[in-house]
Amino acid sequence: MSDEEESQLTDKEKIEIAKWFLLNSPVGEIQYVAKDVKEVLKDERVYRIAAAEVFPLYNKSHMICLEFPDRSGEVLVTSFNEIDKNEYFDPRSAQVAIVDHLKQVCTDARPANDDELPSSYIEEYRCAFDAEIIKYVSEAYPKGICCVYCTNGKDMEGPGSSFEFVVVISAARLSPQNFCNGSWRSIWTVEFKDDIQLVEVRGKLQVGAHYFEEGNVQLDAKLECRDSTMFQSPDDCAVSLTNIIRHHETEYLNSLQTSYSKLPDTTFKDLRRKLPVTRTLFPWHNTLQFSLTRDIQKNLGLENSE
Amino acid sequence: MEAAMGLMRRIPPKQSETALSALLSLLPQHSSDLLSQVDQPLQVLCDAECGKEFILCEYNRDADSYRSPWSNTYHPPLEDGSHPSPELRKLEIEANDIFAIYRDQYYEGGSSSVYIWETENDGFVSCFLIKKDGSKSGHGRRGYLQEGAWDAIHVIEVGQEEEIAHYSLTSTVMLSLTTNDESSGTFSLSGSIRRQMNMDLPVSEGHLCNMGKMIEEMESKLRNSLDQVYFGKTKEMVCTLRPPPELVQMKLPDS
Repeated sequence: MSDEEESQLTDKEKIEIAKWFLLNSPVGEIQYVAKDVKEVLKDERVYRIAAAEVFPLYNKSHMICLEFPDRSGEVLVTSFNEIDKNEYFDPRSAQVAIVDHLKQVCTDARPANDDELPSSYIEEYRCAFDAEIIKYVSEAYPKGICCVYCTNGKDMEGPGSSFEFVVVISAARLSPQNFCNGSWRSIWTVEFKDDIQLVEVRGKLQVGAHYFEEGNVQLDAKLECRDSTMFQSPDDCAVSLTNIIRHHETEYLNSLQTSYSKLPDTTFKDLRRKLPVTRTLFPWHNTLQFSLTRDIQKNLGLENSE
Repeated sequence: MEAAMGLMRRIPPKQSETALSALLSLLPQHSSDLLSQVDQPLQVLCDAECGKEFILCEYNRDADSYRSPWSNTYHPPLEDGSHPSPELRKLEIEANDIFAIYRDQYYEGGSSSVYIWETENDGFVSCFLIKKDGSKSGHGRRGYLQEGAWDAIHVIEVGQEEEIAHYSLTSTVMLSLTTNDESSGTFSLSGSIRRQMNMDLPVSEGHLCNMGKMIEEMESKLRNSLDQVYFGKTKEMVCTLRPPPELVQMKLPDS
């Protein structure tokens, strides 16, 4: 390699490029991308700046799941339970996980402070909801991890108050030895509105898959949806909200399957047909005659007719 | 270079243009390797003289100009741009005409271009390009796709002996398709694959006929494996993440 043609980019530009590659890593592949980015950059300092910025963003947007160091359970890394850049709250165990974003591990844990915990009134709703969601997720997702966070009004003490929960469901399957990775992520924002006695639900579902044996093919599917139910007792809310989530996610899976089943005959056909319009292989042997026919068609102005 | 190719294998295929330009600016010393090894979506220019679009690639580029296969002239004009020999130009004209019909029959639209040039060892290379816009706004579409693009690049090296010619074909297909509606959201698949095929065929059949058959076979293979294997694998992944009810029920008796 010659030195004369070294890249003319400023450090700032290099950092932007490194960040772009890292952020666009498919699910479960940021460490592989990081290794290649490091090699392409040949600049450890630039790489470190980019990585320090992007890893936390990537980990949160992919809602990665980490194990507590004492193996007592798992914690999700999301923007909804972020206390500090490296601290993520797990309401189920009332612990705060200390996370190393670059290594993607939980290095330590501490008990949550009192002011980090929701009030007992809120916790009653959250706990009942969490229990129902766990039941549902364990039935629907072989490797699903879920959690319910209170994202607004966690200190409300009793009836007459409004608050907001976020339910996250994250299911990833990494199988690089089979050249395939994928993830299902759901984010359900649930607003308990005391004034109108309604619970409003907004869902964001995202499914991605990457298959890369001798090629590179990626699926990226997204849906946003809404629903609502009555503001009821903690147990009744938990059941009806979980039913809403189950219903929408089941429907979404059906629509994904429909999209796949439509591929061969409609969608894909709009790009390239399986067989020519004539339904026989192209007559390469008779091309001379073919050009004559085309000339005639051209003369008659039929060239572009179906 | 290996790391750069590694990145291209992981970055979403839809983003390949951005990824390539980023790599080019980081690794200017590898620019010719990158340009020859990384395929990117094809661009078109209009040959005003013939009122037809032609496809741009490294093979019809000279300096900053591109040669149109229809008029054999460079756009923007170039004084001493290189041209194929009269004999190969004849083959090129014929190939472009025939390939346009082939493209129409399989793609019902789109653009195609064929470029042919001689190699040092008495043989020649031909490059067949197809670009198809299948999106709603694309002409003559059925409108299933919100967005859809198909780019095919076929490069054939032809080495000629007495009666048998050796054809070495490298093909790349890049595609992306997106459907979008309120109830099912955005569903997007994109991908790129590259394959090779070698054949020895009698010259008596004609080069065009031999090359055409190889391309047709290869395109069908690539389309089929994208459809069956590659899209199939991503579907399988979705069903692993969240098994559909019929799968769950089928498994119940065993457990």
